[in-house]
Amino acid sequence: MDISTKKSQNTDEAPPPAAPPTQAEQKRAARGATRPGDRIFLGLSRGSGILLLVIMAAIAVFLTYRATLAISKDEANFLTAFEWNTNLIPPKFGIAVLAFGTVVSSIIAMAIAVPIAVAIALFLTHYAPRRLSGPIAYVIDLLAAVPSIVYGLWGALILVPQMDGLFGWLNNYLGWTGIFSWDEGAPRSMLTVGVLLAIMILPIITNVSREVFRQVPQTHEEAALALGATRWEVVRMAVLPFGRSGVISASMLGLGRALGETMAVATVLSPDFDIHASLLNPGGGTFAQNIASKFNEATEFGRDALIASGLVLFVITLLVNGAARAIIARRKEYSGANA
Amino acid sequence: MAKRIDVSGLTAYYGSHKAIEDISMTVEPRSVTAFIGPSGCGKSTFLRTLNRMHEVTPGGRVEGKVLLDDEDLYGHGIDPVSVRREVGMVFQRPNPFPTMSIFDNVAAGLRLNGNFKKSELQDIVEKSLKGANLWNEVKDRLNKPGSGLSGGQQQRLCIARAIAVEPKVLLMDEPCSALDPISTLAIEDLIGELKERFTIVIVTHNMQQAARVSDRTAFFNLAAVGQPGKLIEIDDTERIFSNPSVQATEDYISGRFG
Repeated sequence: MDISTKKSQNTDEAPPPAAPPTQAEQKRAARGATRPGDRIFLGLSRGSGILLLVIMAAIAVFLTYRATLAISKDEANFLTAFEWNTNLIPPKFGIAVLAFGTVVSSIIAMAIAVPIAVAIALFLTHYAPRRLSGPIAYVIDLLAAVPSIVYGLWGALILVPQMDGLFGWLNNYLGWTGIFSWDEGAPRSMLTVGVLLAIMILPIITNVSREVFRQVPQTHEEAALALGATRWEVVRMAVLPFGRSGVISASMLGLGRALGETMAVATVLSPDFDIHASLLNPGGGTFAQNIASKFNEATEFGRDALIASGLVLFVITLLVNGAARAIIARRKEYSGANA
Repeated sequence: MAKRIDVSGLTAYYGSHKAIEDISMTVEPRSVTAFIGPSGCGKSTFLRTLNRMHEVTPGGRVEGKVLLDDEDLYGHGIDPVSVRREVGMVFQRPNPFPTMSIFDNVAAGLRLNGNFKKSELQDIVEKSLKGANLWNEVKDRLNKPGSGLSGGQQQRLCIARAIAVEPKVLLMDEPCSALDPISTLAIEDLIGELKERFTIVIVTHNMQQAARVSDRTAFFNLAAVGQPGKLIEIDDTERIFSNPSVQATEDYISGRFG
């Protein structure tokens, strides 16, 4: 069999027909000739992409490894314990308070910042005269550039004393809910942190929303106008629906900053390791604030425990981003991108 | 229902630039009037002064009178928003709201104008889509987004949206210029039906289209680039295309310039 095929090949006098180009070859040919510049650029961009993945993997491996070291020795329930005693033998620590504080302060910040940011962006793009919108946009850019420790100092020295009045008012009228009751302590509480975070994330949400609203096609706004829509109705019919997914993305950028904000929270909050029903009484903590406050004095094991809490923050951030993408994708066929 | 438009001495500006100058004309109710003329002659600008859309453009300003029956659209205390509810508009590029379903697109204007019961809305949407010759193509997918339709269907959707609020006048700014010949034919047929109920003004670059759909034709021209556009003449379409009274019109129609 083997021999016979060989023989037949040898006796074949016609030259072998050229094999038709494979799909891969056709693809390569379609790209055209490559010059050194092409190859260098391809290498650089591919290398950068790979580098990013390697860094992400390295961080994930590092976090997971150190976190496992700590969690495996934890005598308390890591997810539900209300304490952080890494120096005890055996150590007992849990992230419940930190998760609660991080989520609550971020929710407060978002609840305050998103509506204001969207309103500012709408004002700048659809109401303000052009002479005014330029300078205002510039000031908002400046706000984004202020370092977070400066926000923290401002918060501790200016904002905290000013919160007394608001806290008193909330306590008087809404104290009965429990959420807004106040025992007259220094207002270094979750609500103050939320307000400060709101101010810090306002610029980024405003800027991204402004860009999105600016891109609303003129034709959509004219369609609404021609139907007899007032300016607000144009915003509601054409601008907001078009900008919806963009505003969600903008909010997620802001939320990312709020979740991870460290120095400003650490400067303003008066932390403890308990969950308080009231947003006005001091106490609680966030992941980032807790790491910053404890890291310097922590033992090797204590640091591992803090890294474990950082891993949880990492996971929460991933979940939030995933949820946002899901929201955007859910009504994709209605998005302005199809227009 | 359809109303007469009576324009006198209308001049429109973009900032300090005078775009059209001293235009006067009368448009009869239940008729189709076509505006033709070279690019930049101000026919679209003039169209947009008829529903006060011109002043939406930054720097847009209008002098003169536009009477809708006896009411001056530029009169003291007249709200441009209420003018646009009386004078509907269809644009050059189909522009259904991308975030709304077909049903919601047609209902958009109605929802602005007041509270309708759901059954009333359904009736009007169906009637408007039938009026725009689109009902049979979309009746099974009213809840799908309007952006999924073909260009010609989208433009008929926009027409349905405009006529749903029962305007007195329907303005069309080159409604077929982004469409293929078959979709164009569908729109032209539709214009013929709509003129039974509305006063229609249509801007077109296509002179055969003007000849096919309109009862009266207005020819606009400008002396030179940078000069304001002017109305050269308006007459019965038949006469404009066979025996116009101004030489410039004949030159334009016979393709000698423009």
